[in-house]
Amino acid sequence: MAVREITCSQAIAEALAEEMERDDTVFILGEDLTSNGGIFCQFKGLPEKFPGRVIDTPISETSIVGSGVGAALTGMRPIVDMHFADFVTTAMDEIVNQMAKIRYMFGGQAKLPMVLWAPDGAGISAAAQHSQSLESWLVHTPGLKVVVPSEPADVKGLLKAAVRDDDPVIFFQHKRLFKQTGPVPEEPYVIPLGKADVKRAGSDITLITYSRMTYECLEAARKLAEQGIQAEVLDLRTLKPLDFDLIARSVKKTNHVVVVHEACLTGGFGAEIAARIGEELFEHLAGPVVRVGAKDVPVPFSPVLEQYVLPQVEDILEGVDKALKRQRQVLFIPRAANVR
Amino acid sequence: MKITKETKIDLFTRMVKVRTFEDQTEKIFMAGKEMPGFLHLSQGEDAMAVGTCANLEINDAIYTTHRGHGCIIAKGADLKPMMAELFGRIDGCCKGRAGSMHFADVKTGCMGSNGVVGEGMRLAVGTAFAQKYNKTNNVTAVFFGEGATGTGSFHESFNMAATLKLPVIFVCSINLYAQMTHKSVHIAIENVAERAAGYGAPGVTIDGNDVELVYEEVAKAVKHCRAGKGPYLVEGKTYRHYGHYIGDPCNYRPAGELEEWMKKDPVVLYEKKLLKEGVLDAKGVQQVKDECKRLVDEAVEYARKSPQPEIEELYKDIFA
Repeated sequence: MAVREITCSQAIAEALAEEMERDDTVFILGEDLTSNGGIFCQFKGLPEKFPGRVIDTPISETSIVGSGVGAALTGMRPIVDMHFADFVTTAMDEIVNQMAKIRYMFGGQAKLPMVLWAPDGAGISAAAQHSQSLESWLVHTPGLKVVVPSEPADVKGLLKAAVRDDDPVIFFQHKRLFKQTGPVPEEPYVIPLGKADVKRAGSDITLITYSRMTYECLEAARKLAEQGIQAEVLDLRTLKPLDFDLIARSVKKTNHVVVVHEACLTGGFGAEIAARIGEELFEHLAGPVVRVGAKDVPVPFSPVLEQYVLPQVEDILEGVDKALKRQRQVLFIPRAANVR
Repeated sequence: MKITKETKIDLFTRMVKVRTFEDQTEKIFMAGKEMPGFLHLSQGEDAMAVGTCANLEINDAIYTTHRGHGCIIAKGADLKPMMAELFGRIDGCCKGRAGSMHFADVKTGCMGSNGVVGEGMRLAVGTAFAQKYNKTNNVTAVFFGEGATGTGSFHESFNMAATLKLPVIFVCSINLYAQMTHKSVHIAIENVAERAAGYGAPGVTIDGNDVELVYEEVAKAVKHCRAGKGPYLVEGKTYRHYGHYIGDPCNYRPAGELEEWMKKDPVVLYEKKLLKEGVLDAKGVQQVKDECKRLVDEAVEYARKSPQPEIEELYKDIFA
């Protein structure tokens, strides 16, 4: 299959053009879409190619999502553009109480095929209200699927799957990856939701990650290889459904795990993964499951401070060190000694 | 507008059906044994539901509120699965997962009650978008009370429907109370319909207890929407006979208020009107009431016989 190098932005536009061509119930709803193909030019060419199907709305994320829900209930396949993922806060009722619950509440009377497309992540000095990674909020809500891709080929294949899916899918596109290039097949293809991908094979430790941190983990793995440590980099690609089978296969091989994400550490998705590995793969662990995430502060504007907040390759290496060096010591403490 | 005899009987029958269902539901709920949760009943607002829905075809859509039984019955949903839903049973229209506040009957165009005040309006905009996009010539009516006009949803939905010229009929039933707070406390103007002008849309204020008037005004709104002229607001002044919820002591109501409004009970008024006009005689009225009672009794019987949901139902329909 012929392959060429394109950016994530191009992958997004290609995926949507193919899906809009294939199915005329697919349309895009959001702010500032027609003048330049969206604020990140991610829908470039689509307004001209599909007149009447890329719709500019008033500034109202709440109603963009709410009307997307109504349109999906009425047989359409809306893609609602959030401008910035941070603005899901203004549409939380529509996402959590409507989009996620309606099919279940209605006893399965209707499907809700829609994509909420949300550019997330930090690293461009967009500051606290335009830099968040909020995936764990939405993973916590039953009824939503959550996609967090990294490389352009995955962005394209997963976005096509998300559009075709009969359930609401939250598609987080990292802002710093719009210009990221990568090999993408010429021929159309779809990547099913719920399949993780090994981006680098290794036998000594598993780095479980997603979105932009995949690239940081690959860089960390290169450095580790220089020290003779072979790290496996597992890109989850979708958090819900979660490919725990692939996680288990990797952990059983390496016995050491670091989970890396850009979202802040406390209550992040790393906690869920660490807990599940602890519960289900305890006997395969030779050390603690270590989490690496952003510091628990709002993302500051200053590039110096922002870099400090976000996980860096050095933080991942430190995490690997912790995971490999700390050994399990089972202490038998006499019962009475516990009583003070 | 000349309303035919056939339509008059239809309006009356739908109102009696709504009222009988609501009255019976109240009795079963108050007996305290069979119906879980809590209830918001719509007695008194019957004419708004019926006068609106009598203008709609099966493929037209409605969205309604937590006080939505009347609208859903008026739109044509089968009473049996509705009652079974209130009992929380597996044969309920939503398999016992929705209850009174969230139920829907998609096949008759009842796209959902909503437990969040005002939210139906946002969803209605999307359904109207789909109707316009697919050139079906259908319309979407969304019911709400005056309490919902204080939400961002009212403004944002109306603005979006107006800018995209979508066929949404905003139906505001002024029942005087937002939950337990009087209209004068939370709305600074007399008539909500005035706000439609702010969106470049028509808005009318009418007596919401006169079912023929509601029918005629909504007919104009439907015509406007089907002609592609964008949204339309119909505001009907009416009253909620019961409190916010069943069991509400209603200590916020001034003495004599309920009694005054009971004199304007839309079902009683319309029965008198039809008798006076000779559209129905006493026997005809009784036949309608008997038939509605039979339907509601059958629905209760059906609900009682329906099994409780099995535990494995829990994990169904989260995803398609």
